[in-house]
Amino acid sequence: MATLAPPVPDAGRSPSPAAPATRRRHRGGSKAGKPGPVTYTLLTLVALVSIFPLYWTLVAGSHTNAEIAATPPPFLPNASLFDNFQAALEQAPIGKAILNSVLVAGSITVGTVLFCTLAGFAFAKLQFRGKGVLLGLVIGTMMVPTQLAVIPLFMMIAELQWVNQLQAVILPTLVSAFGVFFMRQYLISALPNELLEAGRVDGASTFRIFWSIVVPVARPAMAVLAMLTFLTAWNEFFWPLIALTTANPTVQVALAGLGSGYVPQRSVIMAGTLLGTLPVLIVFTILGKQIVGGIMQGAVKG
Amino acid sequence: MTIASGTVREAAIAAPPPASAATSPARPRKRRQLTRNRWGYAYVAPFFLVFAAFSLYPFMYTAWVSLHETSLSNINGGTWVGLENYRNLLQSEFFWNATRNTFTIGILATVPQLCMALGLAHLLNYKLRGRTFFRTVMLMPYATSIAAATLVFSQLFGRDYGLINTMLEAVGLQAIDWEAGTVSSQVAIAVIVTWRWTGYNALIYLAAMQSIPGELYEAAEIDGASKWKQFLHVTIPSLRPTILFTIVVSTIGAVQLFGEPLLFAGNGTTSGGASGQYQTLGLLMYQQGWSNFHIGQAATTAWAMFMIILVIVGVNAVIGRLRNRADR
Repeated sequence: MATLAPPVPDAGRSPSPAAPATRRRHRGGSKAGKPGPVTYTLLTLVALVSIFPLYWTLVAGSHTNAEIAATPPPFLPNASLFDNFQAALEQAPIGKAILNSVLVAGSITVGTVLFCTLAGFAFAKLQFRGKGVLLGLVIGTMMVPTQLAVIPLFMMIAELQWVNQLQAVILPTLVSAFGVFFMRQYLISALPNELLEAGRVDGASTFRIFWSIVVPVARPAMAVLAMLTFLTAWNEFFWPLIALTTANPTVQVALAGLGSGYVPQRSVIMAGTLLGTLPVLIVFTILGKQIVGGIMQGAVKG
Repeated sequence: MTIASGTVREAAIAAPPPASAATSPARPRKRRQLTRNRWGYAYVAPFFLVFAAFSLYPFMYTAWVSLHETSLSNINGGTWVGLENYRNLLQSEFFWNATRNTFTIGILATVPQLCMALGLAHLLNYKLRGRTFFRTVMLMPYATSIAAATLVFSQLFGRDYGLINTMLEAVGLQAIDWEAGTVSSQVAIAVIVTWRWTGYNALIYLAAMQSIPGELYEAAEIDGASKWKQFLHVTIPSLRPTILFTIVVSTIGAVQLFGEPLLFAGNGTTSGGASGQYQTLGLLMYQQGWSNFHIGQAATTAWAMFMIILVIVGVNAVIGRLRNRADR
């Protein structure tokens, strides 16, 4: 599912620098009082439930099969982790998959951010005939299920002999309707018309105006879009499963292949899952705060 | 639809007032408009080129394929069968089974999820110590891929050594063969979806809650409304557009549910369990096309999915509009 930015009552008018201030004001309102111990207990519980399956991946991936089947089951990581990593790497080309996923998600992110900023700017600030219809088209496609596109796409890449090649999963995902809408919503309020007029009066070309006026203003939203796009692209499942095979997989395709075929070895599957998830978890640990902010800002902006 | 209503609102704000700025002479102004005109297309062109090639054209082509008897091995040599595929689909037991499952799993996955997200957002809206920590941790499931989450949960829900059954037995209950039962397998799959999306939706709700003016709560407090009443009569009504939006988005996701049922048994079978007890429409479509090689049938199922989404979004839009009108 794509991450869409929902509308929020009475929001989205103020440019982003004002947003934190507004937030602080409301937090001071009578609504946001001091939380009691019950609140903290509930939140801690939810936090534990959110983390536990990931922690369990580590526990199960670091034991032998016999050890996890024991009663009571182990709750701490163990020494077999690297043996299991090795077995997982032998069963599925996870190393190659990670490299492929970095390439695929990286290309998609660059393309999406660039094309969506260009189009988002045009939809936000430029006048041209058919603009409303085109924008409606963009928004409408957010409802169309992926399933509706995969058959012709598959025929297309079969004809181009792209099956099992990375461009088959990069090109169709290179733009996103959500991205255009997201950038448009941001630029409408964040980019003052006067700034554009000033640029025009100074005789800057439209291209110059884009690079030296629009892009600097759009940068925070571009960063958010980049993070969300990378995450979505890394986790994309349906289309890569069709377009690629386990011979040249992305991480998700490799993970799907991990459980099938051989007599499934639970601990090896878990070790492989951990390997495939680790890169995102590391990125998330570093950028988590920004991603949280981005989703919330997107929610208010949309 | 909320997406659209958001656009309308923004469009109203953004609509440039060309008349009011008409202090400059008419001629240069007109020329400037023309330049803008040309450049607008240039800016949207890269997006629409990719978009047309890999989205628009495929959507149309899928409709065309759905009117043909086509197989993967014979991609271009399909024979025209008109609405035959649609008639077959409507008479197919598998289609109705998958439709039923998609609906039940969808409801099991969406309703508790959004209710919990709402409660969670309420808790997160307090002045918390470790606010960033809680928010970030709750978003971690969202960062975990469907494949990874499903592989882990299918182990946790395992019949013989699964942790959940171990815990059930430890408290004296009977172990459940999660994968084999209809209700149990659907609940388990709904749990995976709920785990991945609750935190994300909570953040969306939280953002909306923070933009509710504090004065509304102050007024309610003066009127002597309890915290619970404030939540019911101030928070929920203010969040209505956002709630409607998350319902629409979650529903669109639920109709397309694919990865979780595919990997739930661990081995990527497309049948959705021994008796198809958790086969969804997304899975059925994949089975028709890529296991049975009936591309025409798969295309028909894909269009049926789109129709279901359109109906649901339409119903939501109508409800939203009626409620809005009732408010005025």
